[in-house]
Amino acid sequence: MRAGFVIRKVVGALSTLAFVVVFNFFLFRIVNRDPVNSMFRGRNLKPEKLEELRRKFNLDGSKWDQFVAYVRQLLHGDLGYSLKGSRPVATVIGEALWPTVLLVGTSTLLAMIGITLGYRAGWRRGSAFDTTATSFSMLTYSMPEFWIGMVFLGFFSAKLGWFPVGGLEDPGSHASGLSKWLDELHHMMLPALVLGIAYVGEYMIVARSAMIETLNEDYLQLARAKGMREDEVRRRHAVPNARLPVVSLSAINFGFIFGGAIAVESIFSWPGIGQATYLAVRGPDLPMLQGLFLLISAGVILANLVADLLYGKLDPRVLGR
Amino acid sequence: MASLVLLIGFVILAIITPWITDRADFNAINTGDNPTNHPPDGDYLLGTDRYGRSVALQLMWGARVSLFVGFAATVLTIVIGVLIGLTAGFFGGWIDSVLMRITDWFLVIPFLPTAIVLAAVLERSLWTIVMVIGITSWPSSARLIRSQVLSVRERLYVDRARALGAGRLHIVGRHILPNVTPLILASATLAVPISILTETTLSFLGLGDPTEISWGGMLDQAQQSSAVTSGHWWYYLPPGVAIMLVVLAFTIFGRALEEVLDPRLRKR
Repeated sequence: MRAGFVIRKVVGALSTLAFVVVFNFFLFRIVNRDPVNSMFRGRNLKPEKLEELRRKFNLDGSKWDQFVAYVRQLLHGDLGYSLKGSRPVATVIGEALWPTVLLVGTSTLLAMIGITLGYRAGWRRGSAFDTTATSFSMLTYSMPEFWIGMVFLGFFSAKLGWFPVGGLEDPGSHASGLSKWLDELHHMMLPALVLGIAYVGEYMIVARSAMIETLNEDYLQLARAKGMREDEVRRRHAVPNARLPVVSLSAINFGFIFGGAIAVESIFSWPGIGQATYLAVRGPDLPMLQGLFLLISAGVILANLVADLLYGKLDPRVLGR
Repeated sequence: MASLVLLIGFVILAIITPWITDRADFNAINTGDNPTNHPPDGDYLLGTDRYGRSVALQLMWGARVSLFVGFAATVLTIVIGVLIGLTAGFFGGWIDSVLMRITDWFLVIPFLPTAIVLAAVLERSLWTIVMVIGITSWPSSARLIRSQVLSVRERLYVDRARALGAGRLHIVGRHILPNVTPLILASATLAVPISILTETTLSFLGLGDPTEISWGGMLDQAQQSSAVTSGHWWYYLPPGVAIMLVVLAFTIFGRALEEVLDPRLRKR
């Protein structure tokens, strides 16, 4: 892969990250002029106490000084303090990271089944399979993901009792090793299934239209003329070429799944980044929310960068551009 | 066709609701004697919530908010998208580069989390929700419109107008905008369901207008009162089904419109 291409993409990702930092600062310090005041709205605090809090949250000094201080903090991995229990935001996020990586990772893998289904649907466009697949993805697209979560929770957990009603593990459980692992898996199944179902359609639609784009290509005709079986034409010539748009859209989808996880995690009390966001919004715990937004954005920007680089690997034509 | 009928039905229902029902029915004083968490029966078509308010009535009033936000946010999205897309596509050069760089930033940063933090720092109101959706969802329509403008700009009749001495505003208003309009219409129809879904999620997270009832707000209330684990299905199923129907209808209608306006899509 050409170095110029890689550098260009990395610089692009860094510029987006810088934009997020500026946007984040702007949002929480300028749109919201006095965060301390809005945090403690309704509570009768002495002016001296307010001054002290402003110093603690770096709110004294000019806007530019505040921005420099904010960036310096970020570079040291310091995201400030959560209002809840005054714990460092970075610590709280660190604890919530693993459950979310587990949940979002599993549901992304589940949703990616949609890619294979989409290729098949596109290959046999207009077939009963295609119609079913397309209708299904339209249907799941129309439902808020957290509502699917509510319906599943109401039916499979509350009514049938097949799954626990929420959390990462059974309360008060001191299990370890395999049984702990199985308990967590049991708790994760339903939320992962919900997110998987909510996004399988998106992957399906993208893969389907990518496949349809390649259907009229001459090289497919050539492969058929060579006497290849239809199945082989699809597998060896159509699918590899339909893979490109799927790669770049997967990164965008990753951002959507992250967004969807916010409400779904809160439905299932899954102790991850999503539930942390939900609680920070409810608080409102603005320093926490600011840190979470930065982290989620950074994750999505990284996913996009990986997808871009992968694209360059799969399709060397873009390297020169 | 069925989707259009369904949409018109929902819009009419939303418009006439204030005439056929009384908002005062949600007041604590008027609902004090109502049974709470009552399952659906003859008296309460869709049951009641934990305060004894009729779910069916909430559903009707909620339609007003969801549709209003859906339309208003779409108008804002399209206006920003058209302004940026037209400017970038028509002027080109550094203006185009700068605008597209900003558009790319907004396209990459995750849409829903951005909407959430924006709504969280601003006042809770319907207009905030409208603004937040507008600010976060314009980039894709800006890109779409820019690419259309780029192709229209090179057509011969634009050259002809330019040769005849037409000014920039005249060219944009008379030649470019009319050619981009069908595309704007189609992308607007597809932006409405996204706006409705976003409103639902934001209200569910408690970021909606606390003085209004919306479908997302109903789901929030249901969640707060543990309706799901208590088996009070009449509280959280109807709003979700209503959202699904409206979004589905808009999406089907939008796709059909797109196909009529852009015959190339028909082969799909």
